[in-house]
Amino acid sequence: MSSTPTTSTTARGEPWVWLTSLGLIVGLVMVAGLLSLVVSEGLRVFWPETVAVTELKEGRAIIGPMVQRRIRPGSPASAPVYERQYQVGMREVNGQAYQWFDESRVVKESFPAEVMGLERMENGPAFVRPVRLTNSAGKVYQATEAAFATELQNEVSRAAGIREKIASLTKNEIGDLNSQMEKSRIDLRRAEDQHLPVEPIKARLEQLNQAYAGLHDQAENLQKQAGLAKLEVLDAAKNAHVIPLFQIVRAWSPNQLSFGERLGIFFSRIGEFITAEPREANTEGGVMPAIFGTLAMTVFMSLLVTPFGVIAAVYLREYAQQGFLLRFVRICVNNLAGVPSIVFGVFGLGFFVYVLGGTIDQLFFADQLKYNNHSPVFGTGGLVWCSLTLALMTLPVVIVATEEALGSVPRGMREASLATGASKWQTIRYVILPAAAPGILTGVILAMARGAGEVAPLMLVGVVKLAPTLPIDATAPFLHLDRKFMHLGFHEYDLGFQSPDSDAARPMVFATTLLLIILVVCLNIGAIYIRNRLRARYKSASF
Amino acid sequence: MTRLKVRPSTERGGRKDYISIKNFGFWYGSKKALESISLDIPERQVVAFIGPSGCGKSTLLRNLNRMNDLVDNIRHEGDIQIDSRSIYDPGLEVISLRRRVGMVFQKSNPFPKSIFENVVYALRVVGVRDRALLEEVCETSLRKAALWDEVKDRLHDSALGLSGGQMQRLCIARAIANRPEILLMDEPCSALDPIATGKIEELIHELKEQFTIVIVTHSMQQAARVSDRTAFFYLGKQVEYDTTEKIFMNPSQPQTEAYISGRFG
Ligand SMILES: Nc1ncnc2c1ncn2[C@@H]1O[C@H](COP(=O)(O)OP(=O)(O)O)[C@@H](O)[C@H]1O
Ligand SMILES: [Mg+2]
Repeated sequence: MSSTPTTSTTARGEPWVWLTSLGLIVGLVMVAGLLSLVVSEGLRVFWPETVAVTELKEGRAIIGPMVQRRIRPGSPASAPVYERQYQVGMREVNGQAYQWFDESRVVKESFPAEVMGLERMENGPAFVRPVRLTNSAGKVYQATEAAFATELQNEVSRAAGIREKIASLTKNEIGDLNSQMEKSRIDLRRAEDQHLPVEPIKARLEQLNQAYAGLHDQAENLQKQAGLAKLEVLDAAKNAHVIPLFQIVRAWSPNQLSFGERLGIFFSRIGEFITAEPREANTEGGVMPAIFGTLAMTVFMSLLVTPFGVIAAVYLREYAQQGFLLRFVRICVNNLAGVPSIVFGVFGLGFFVYVLGGTIDQLFFADQLKYNNHSPVFGTGGLVWCSLTLALMTLPVVIVATEEALGSVPRGMREASLATGASKWQTIRYVILPAAAPGILTGVILAMARGAGEVAPLMLVGVVKLAPTLPIDATAPFLHLDRKFMHLGFHEYDLGFQSPDSDAARPMVFATTLLLIILVVCLNIGAIYIRNRLRARYKSASF
Repeated sequence: MTRLKVRPSTERGGRKDYISIKNFGFWYGSKKALESISLDIPERQVVAFIGPSGCGKSTLLRNLNRMNDLVDNIRHEGDIQIDSRSIYDPGLEVISLRRRVGMVFQKSNPFPKSIFENVVYALRVVGVRDRALLEEVCETSLRKAALWDEVKDRLHDSALGLSGGQMQRLCIARAIANRPEILLMDEPCSALDPIATGKIEELIHELKEQFTIVIVTHSMQQAARVSDRTAFFYLGKQVEYDTTEKIFMNPSQPQTEAYISGRFG
């Protein structure tokens, strides 16, 4: 028998190698696809596109950018009927900001230079033909005049300044007054209840009321002052509208912009998105409170989960008697990681909020409960309960990573420390924990990534659609652990599934998703940076 | 800090039975690793443990500072006394025993800290804060370990940047920083090149002015070069224990003779 020494492909195992790489490729493609979808859709929101004036068959015209084109559902495959979606804006006129039209109805499409886009405080954006501007001094500019554009921008920024003033007035001073009045009212009820003199409190309340009225007038005056300026426009149907400048956030001429100006608007919109408060049931404006809430919650959660996880892991690995019980505990901890997150939410609500929070309220805020219509302080959802719930949820991740890290500290290091006469605890404290720190941080990074993206349990324990205040602010005690807060993940859910006009909300969903991903990546990069610095410090020796 | 006082350097050859191992047996679980070992180690001398791999040299050495306590399911019989006091005396804390009995391991194991922090670790754990004292101890220890000149300019760099031989000398400096009475060395040179080995052997010569040294070694030349007395073990039993000269020139047991002449099956 002559046999050439050939090995079959299967024997060499190549198909399995290909299979593993195939698995990797499928994974990568899916991740890349998801990311590119989110990035392209998320960034498109901010780009000022050209705006078409589209004339339809029955003599109707619309002004607005085309958003998408598709085959009408149900149309025959042999002769597909296309339809287009336009962002027509002006909800007060059009009802819905996004509308579908059969392509066959389109007669003519043009991009006239005079068309303007307006972002407004109410009723969403508008695409109009400007007619004339009356500035705050009462001077009138026709849209055809050369000075019109600059004057309009001046008035827009002036209006923005006034809005800001009013906002800071209501937020800081009126907010402060409100909380003081709240306190005085509680004092009053208590005084009445306990037959204490009520006169001084009443006087104080009166004083506060007057201050409040003063501020209120001030705000109204500001608004009136701004109300003088107005923009007269024609909508698509050539009906005239008057838009007070106070309502206008941004005005631009989409068909005249140079690329540089477009970029300018693009970045200013991104800036607004990141730094401003939401408007219009969250579908417009920014998401600053949600970013802030997500960050605060994630950081606070990490601060809670790290010590608990590390202490538990040190006990399990270093002190606990190895045996059946310990194995059982380990299995339980690992299984905890598989429990659906909503279960943690329910537990958080039942135990943290009602039991712990309720007890705290009873012990420390009994007055508040009694004299403030039983409105709870800690006995309702809040930042601290969200952080605790997520800390509990991510605890297994930290415990497992820490145990792993403790176990991989070379035995020699432990022996060296003990041989110099250090106690077990000193050995752990000075040698083992520092050497295990990079591994522990890896666990914390994973926990953070999981916690930051979690939504379901948070809905039960303190995240809300719209929070009037941030969990950290300039009012003592600065960190308000009891406050409800906004969260990017929930914001997304709320926009995508709870808003009345889902088409109008969709761009924001993508933008918010993009932001959440960026935020999680940033948190991770931060933690990885710290870990690498530690690694460099504790890099294992080459023996 | 009375411990930091340099002990009066008396004539070499103090107590003859400074460490006294009496009928010592030792088990890992059900496996007997040592059987009725009895030997006396004189003060401020170097005693070498030799024997083939697995004969229990490390086990005996690690019993002298009770490092074997870290292993589960161990049992011993007989007694070990240091300066006439049993190391198993319930009144004696393991920690204070280990402060008196320093140890250098086969694999150099510096902490991932600076050179300075490595050396003064033993003082840190007893709570010494005095910077001047720490610096002084660091310098004297490093000098004694013949490492000072090489590292004095980078005391605050990571110890992990040192070479293998330097690391091992650093571990010696760390072990002698709190002035133990006894220094245990478990094959300290097995991972080192001949030059580094030579340095450490020289060091052992100097250190024995102050410390009682027990060294485990695989190299018979090394045992012959550094030790005053040598114990030969085989399969957990003590075959012969005598002056190094006697063991190497004129062993009384045929097994010893076979081992040192390299005829060992
Ligand atoms: N931690 C341990 N658990 C169980 N058996 C051990 C342990 N350490 C050493 N032994 C066993 O004890 C015997 C002596 O080992 P050791 O003292 O390390 O030998 P040597 O250092 O002379 O090479 C060997 O048979 C070894 O397998
Ligand atoms: Mg050994």
